[in-house]
Amino acid sequence: MGFLEELRAYPEERVREWVDRSTEADVLRALERIEDREPRDFAALLSPAAVPHLEAMAQQAHRLTRWHFGRTIGLYAPIYISNICGADCTYCGYAVRSGNRERRRTLTDAELRVECEALASRGFQSVLLLTGEAPRAVSPAQIAHAVSIAYEHFPSVSVEVYALDQDEYAMLEEHGVDGVTLYMETYHPETYQRVHLKGKKKEYGYRLDALERAGRAGARRLGVGALLGLFDWRIDGFWTILHARYLQRVCWQSAVSMSFPRLLHVPERFHVPHLLTDKELVQLILAARLCLPEAGFYLSTRERAAFRDRLIPLGVTMMSAGSSTRPGGYAIYGEETLEQFEIEDDRSPEVVAEVIRRAGYDPVWKDFDRAFQGIQASVAE
Amino acid sequence: MNSESEQDRLVIAGRGFRSRLMVGTGKFPSAESLRAVLDGSDAEIVTVALRRADLANPEADSVLSVLDPSRHLILPNTSGARDADEAVRLARMARAAGCEPWVKLELTPEPKYLLPDPIETLKAAEALVKDGFVVLPYIQADPILAKRLEEVGTATVMPLAAPIGSNKGMRTREMVRIIIEQAQVPVVVDAGLGSPAHAAEAMEMGADAVLVNTALADAADHCAMGRAFALAVEAGRMGYRAGFGPKRETAEASSPLTGFLDSLG
Repeated sequence: MGFLEELRAYPEERVREWVDRSTEADVLRALERIEDREPRDFAALLSPAAVPHLEAMAQQAHRLTRWHFGRTIGLYAPIYISNICGADCTYCGYAVRSGNRERRRTLTDAELRVECEALASRGFQSVLLLTGEAPRAVSPAQIAHAVSIAYEHFPSVSVEVYALDQDEYAMLEEHGVDGVTLYMETYHPETYQRVHLKGKKKEYGYRLDALERAGRAGARRLGVGALLGLFDWRIDGFWTILHARYLQRVCWQSAVSMSFPRLLHVPERFHVPHLLTDKELVQLILAARLCLPEAGFYLSTRERAAFRDRLIPLGVTMMSAGSSTRPGGYAIYGEETLEQFEIEDDRSPEVVAEVIRRAGYDPVWKDFDRAFQGIQASVAE
Repeated sequence: MNSESEQDRLVIAGRGFRSRLMVGTGKFPSAESLRAVLDGSDAEIVTVALRRADLANPEADSVLSVLDPSRHLILPNTSGARDADEAVRLARMARAAGCEPWVKLELTPEPKYLLPDPIETLKAAEALVKDGFVVLPYIQADPILAKRLEEVGTATVMPLAAPIGSNKGMRTREMVRIIIEQAQVPVVVDAGLGSPAHAAEAMEMGADAVLVNTALADAADHCAMGRAFALAVEAGRMGYRAGFGPKRETAEASSPLTGFLDSLG
């Protein structure tokens, strides 16, 4: 059972054929079916045949987003609690093969508090805690402990950590986590095996089911995404949409969101096999919005400022700002800790909020309250 | 006319209101746009999501900073709550932070269509009424649930016209009609009203008030849309009170069917 079974009904060859053979008529039909789009329609909207219709897709994406989210954009920031990593993902700056042992660390409780205070003083009320793929360096219990500390400062704490068991997700929930983001990286099994060389991350099926486990453990928000560039984005995009829809049905009490992490800055050793152009990324975001009108869409500072600003009315609902991808990067460390990837948009949160305002949207810092969970914000033992 | 509308006040839990248009505050592009809607509509009851509201820093909050306690009843809502415990906690938190003990109960465990959970809503309503709250529950257009809520002491019932944000209008018309017919408390049609015509339709049916958010937040001219909804609500109400003639599906038959009775001996 699980998503794997559903995914098997849409193998690469089938999806590729749909994408390649989609005609203009298929695209126009998909555009008309606002409330009952099917997998065939996802493929049409992701296909080359849809390129001449990007403007119509954009208009509809804009309308759908406004219906569901109004003219608001939420703001959040990532906090890297560790950059120690036992996995060897060929594309990643944190991978063991990136070396740099002396630049790797896990924040102490005191350091994490300093980082939290720095972000809270910039206005953030929603954060995402991240670690590498290293249960031995940062155990699930340590992640839960870090969540408790973050929860002292922020009403909304999400995690983006290695895949966990259901009872481990439940433990994070008990400590105040309200969202779990986990990118599948790629849904294409062969590519997945090729780029993930070490550690538990090699287990495709375990990662594929992780978000469903998190949902069953009670996560309010589940974030899907494929690391764009590892495989043909039209096909990985199709599978990502399928996954989001699956989670909406199975974990009906969880809000499913989607991110669009595009590989731009990779270690020199790695060549991005399916680099996306700006236009292709826009098509993916629009197609996803048309197929998932009610999903939150996250946009990180991986993308450059001018491009991010243009994406605001096209379906984005959450933006990070002033981000650092190194542990301690907000108030403690600079070059002496390794970063996961270079950020493109280095504007301050205030500047990004002002840009959002000028685009006609209300920047929303707080969208969750501790009273929901009834957990006292106090230090865990 | 003024004296007439003076007499025709909306009364909820013993408190009178001139305006029968309630305004939701999510989805607005800015504090200014919300202010424009409030100015244009002259709405008195304004609902605020506790999830979003920063009760600790109301001046910095783009919604709370616009509201004027002398003009507006701030009606905290529990949107985002998944079960009765969460909703009750949120309501108590708001009261502890200084809000009036009024709460719009929104229990929407399913984030896709934001449809209300009838079972948890009933549970939370019962607990909050006992705890001294004035409870206004957002519900599916379910006449039996409306009666059950009335029995546990809610101050209104707030059936939906269509899913939140859908702008589809009175899709639940037949069930709302039954709710209005049977209600002993004010009926507020909430969610899905996408245009002033939809609001007028609800009021013509005999709804006591309507609540609008998305259609106001998404307007190009916020002040004008606020005014348009206020006028539509007033017109609908006035029409309802003036009394409509019976509706006819087809034209009256021209030759009587029972005329033969007169010629019978």
